Amino acid sequence: MTAVGIPEPDKQGWREWLLTEAPTSRRHARAASLYQGWLTLKSNKLTMIGVGILVFLFLVALFAPFLAPHDPFAQELGYRLQPLWTDGHLLGTDSLGRDILSRLIYGSRITLYIVLMVALIAPIAGLFVGTVAGYVGGWADTILMRITDIFLAFPRLVLALAFVAALGAGIENAVLAIALTAWPPYARIARAETLSIRKSDYISAVKLQGAGPLRIITKHIWPLCISSLIVRVTLDMAGIILAAAGLGFLGLGAQPPSPEWGAMISEGRKFLLDYWWIATVPGLAIFTVSLAFNLLGDGLRDVLDPKDGGEL
Amino acid sequence: MNILDVENLWVKFPTRSGMFDAVRGISFSLGKERLGIVGESGSGKSMTGRAILRLIRKPGIVTADHIRLEGNDIMAMSERQMRDVRGQRISMVMQDPKFSLNPVMTVGDQIMEAYALHANASKAETKRKAMEMLEAVSIRDPERVFRAYPHEMSGGMGQRIMIAMMLIPGPEILIADEPTSALDVSVQTQVLGIIDRLVQERGMGLIFISHDLSLVTSFCDRVLIMYAGRIVEICQADKLHEAQHPYTRGLLNSLPRLDEPSKRLEVLKRDPAWREADSVSGSVSARA
Amino acid sequence: MSGIAIDNLNVWFSEGRDRVDAVKNAALTVRQGSSFGLVGESGSGKSTILRALTGLVPTWDGHMEAVGETLGKKRSARFYKKVQMVFQDPYASLHPRHSVDQVLGETLGLHGYRDIETRISELLDNVGLGPSFRFRYPHQLSGGQRQRVAIARALAPEPEILLLDEPTSALDVSVQAEILNLLTDLRTERNLTYLMVSHNLAVVGHMCERIAVMQNGEIVEVMTVQDMRAMKPKHTYTRHLLESSLGYKRAVSV
Ligand SMILES: Nc1ncnc2c1ncn2[C@@H]1O[C@H](COP(=O)(O)OP(=O)(O)OP(=O)(O)O)[C@@H](O)[C@H]1O
Ligand SMILES: Nc1ncnc2c1ncn2[C@@H]1O[C@H](COP(=O)(O)OP(=O)(O)OP(=O)(O)O)[C@@H](O)[C@H]1O
Ligand SMILES: [Mg+2]
Ligand SMILES: [Mg+2]
Repeated sequence: MTAVGIPEPDKQGWREWLLTEAPTSRRHARAASLYQGWLTLKSNKLTMIGVGILVFLFLVALFAPFLAPHDPFAQELGYRLQPLWTDGHLLGTDSLGRDILSRLIYGSRITLYIVLMVALIAPIAGLFVGTVAGYVGGWADTILMRITDIFLAFPRLVLALAFVAALGAGIENAVLAIALTAWPPYARIARAETLSIRKSDYISAVKLQGAGPLRIITKHIWPLCISSLIVRVTLDMAGIILAAAGLGFLGLGAQPPSPEWGAMISEGRKFLLDYWWIATVPGLAIFTVSLAFNLLGDGLRDVLDPKDGGEL
Repeated sequence: MNILDVENLWVKFPTRSGMFDAVRGISFSLGKERLGIVGESGSGKSMTGRAILRLIRKPGIVTADHIRLEGNDIMAMSERQMRDVRGQRISMVMQDPKFSLNPVMTVGDQIMEAYALHANASKAETKRKAMEMLEAVSIRDPERVFRAYPHEMSGGMGQRIMIAMMLIPGPEILIADEPTSALDVSVQTQVLGIIDRLVQERGMGLIFISHDLSLVTSFCDRVLIMYAGRIVEICQADKLHEAQHPYTRGLLNSLPRLDEPSKRLEVLKRDPAWREADSVSGSVSARA
Repeated sequence: MSGIAIDNLNVWFSEGRDRVDAVKNAALTVRQGSSFGLVGESGSGKSTILRALTGLVPTWDGHMEAVGETLGKKRSARFYKKVQMVFQDPYASLHPRHSVDQVLGETLGLHGYRDIETRISELLDNVGLGPSFRFRYPHQLSGGQRQRVAIARALAPEPEILLLDEPTSALDVSVQAEILNLLTDLRTERNLTYLMVSHNLAVVGHMCERIAVMQNGEIVEVMTVQDMRAMKPKHTYTRHLLESSLGYKRAVSV
């Protein structure tokens, strides 16, 4: 079964190879299902707009040093508060004469950093807590879910504020604080999914092969929870970005010279009436990226939702 | 008088390798009778049932010259009008009961919800009605079942709960997709008795989808035999064993029989010509 | 004795007012190499007996013995290898995100086999599925094909006993015939022992030598297939069941 039919090099051949109903190897099967998911995703225009924006953001973050016309930290006090479309400063300058466009470009790195870190920590923690609570049940379930409830009882930003206040201001602590406040909903989802999965015949079937709880949770329950978590995380990204921006705005996230978008709004706030663009431009950036994640999340839901995937 | 008239019904699915026709231009009518649909897996039985309720999932496409429900064309109805048709006038018992029940809601709540959607009744009245239905489908210990979750039910109990839910609104047409496949013969007889009574007394029309040929023979009035999305033969149910089509014969021969034991069962051998033959019309002209 | 022996078995679920006594005082023996049928009322505890035997239901008491072991609260690795089960619903018994290859590969791995590659092809061959099915996911399989995969999974550890919970009730008659023939062949080839639940008396009559009839958690009668074919029940419920099996109209008019 190792002989993978070498696909024809032309485009049509690849397409057929990927669309087959009868894959010939493990790799082939995986590639085929990924490709078909991608086709579904691609057929949704709004989602593709979201993907486009995010790819753009990614490239911008990656090539920030080449794209930024100025040093984001260089202050030119003579050129303070320049308006939009000024020569050399496309989006104007801020109160210390720093180029807003360059700061925005470098700021995308921080935004992505926060988003990725939170998106890694919170769902994984939630998945862990939720599946263990749901699968083991009994007192483990009770204890874990009470803890979850306690976290859920506070508004997210308030709780994040409390954590940052305790841990000290700074970007790492902001990430930690946001992740700490973001996991409970994921735990809830994972637990609910686990509850409906654990009684199913296919779980009984692996139990009859002598599989232990660890294997069942990681190999059989996680793959089914992960898709709904991914959808939920993408939809939550907007909230995470806003929370990060909110902490930055309150001066508890990224610290001053850093071009974090929330912090930029906070600085621009003092000049909002006369020099509106200083706060508006980073605000628009936050809005666009949040929207992009939301669009992507909607599309991913169509692809990953297990309710439509399994049947027929 | 026909309650339902289906003319030239197609169900298509656009797939990545072209259009897949699940139902290919079938016509039939339903009076106040028990109409059986049999056929092998994948022959399009369930899709026919779902198409009548316009419940085909998204990429699927339904076309038909008409699907008339007492003179009104279902194909021309708005989604809002359809909602009044579904459940209220035409009910469907879906094939997979465990899949159709909500796993995290108690059985009782689900039945009560089904009833409350169609009737303005007090909570106590709804509950009484729900218990009554559970008893009607011969569930032992309905009090306990009422409080239980679907995973605590045996295969056949789940099926009967679905039937109870679908019969509560008192529909004009019941489409039952393999409603008794997990029931033992005696409970099956009782459940069919309830459905039968509704047909006899209230003039309900029944479309009974099943792969159990001997059951269809004894329970239905007329039978459509489907193959690859078409109707290959129509029989009076009690004459099914005299059926002519080799496909029907093949299905009949593959049944194990209690009275004639055999070492091996016959396996159906398919003929590609069956697929191409024209669909037989199952319409009975309205005997007004 | 290496078949199955069950005596005085009680199985219950929950406590308090929702307690269900699903199986009451059940006793049956299945000789090695024979095939035993369980029929009876829906909800009478047929599946529960199988699940208790495999250890999926912890709340039971009484005596159970299989493949020469007396069963306690925990099952041994040897038990899991020797006793396998095929579930009622082929749509629910395969993991929706695992390909046929993964399902069989994992099972073989769990039982400590090394030559997984060749065994998977062999197993697929045994149940009449070509190599083209190997990397498919359940949603790309028909009900009958899924049930074959489930049977292949059950055969993987080379068991002695197969517990079959309505293996064909979700399948149409032509596929049912294929699966029943397959099970008959496998049994002669490998000298398997079957404990089979079904509500289709004709299927049980075709497959089994002895049949137990259950009602409301109790085994009311154990009969031979000859008695069943001759319509010679001892218990009134069995008579009722046999009469119902003749078809709807005849049952109603009786
Ligand atoms: N979303 C879909 N995309 C493509 N094909 C589909 C889709 N849904 C159903 N089909 C196909 O439509 C055909 C008819 O399916 P249907 O469910 O009506 O069969 P059935 O006669 O009810 O079979 P069974 O006895 O197994 O329930 C099948 O071949 C099936 O594969
Ligand atoms: N997990 C559970 N929790 C509570 N009660 C249960 C559970 N599983 C089964 N039961 C109950 O045990 C009884 C027997 O169920 P079982 O599944 O053994 O019936 P069965 O004979 O297989 O019926 P069927 O032919 O309908 O599948 C039923 O009353 C059922 O409600
Ligand atoms: Mg169907
Ligand atoms: Mg059962």
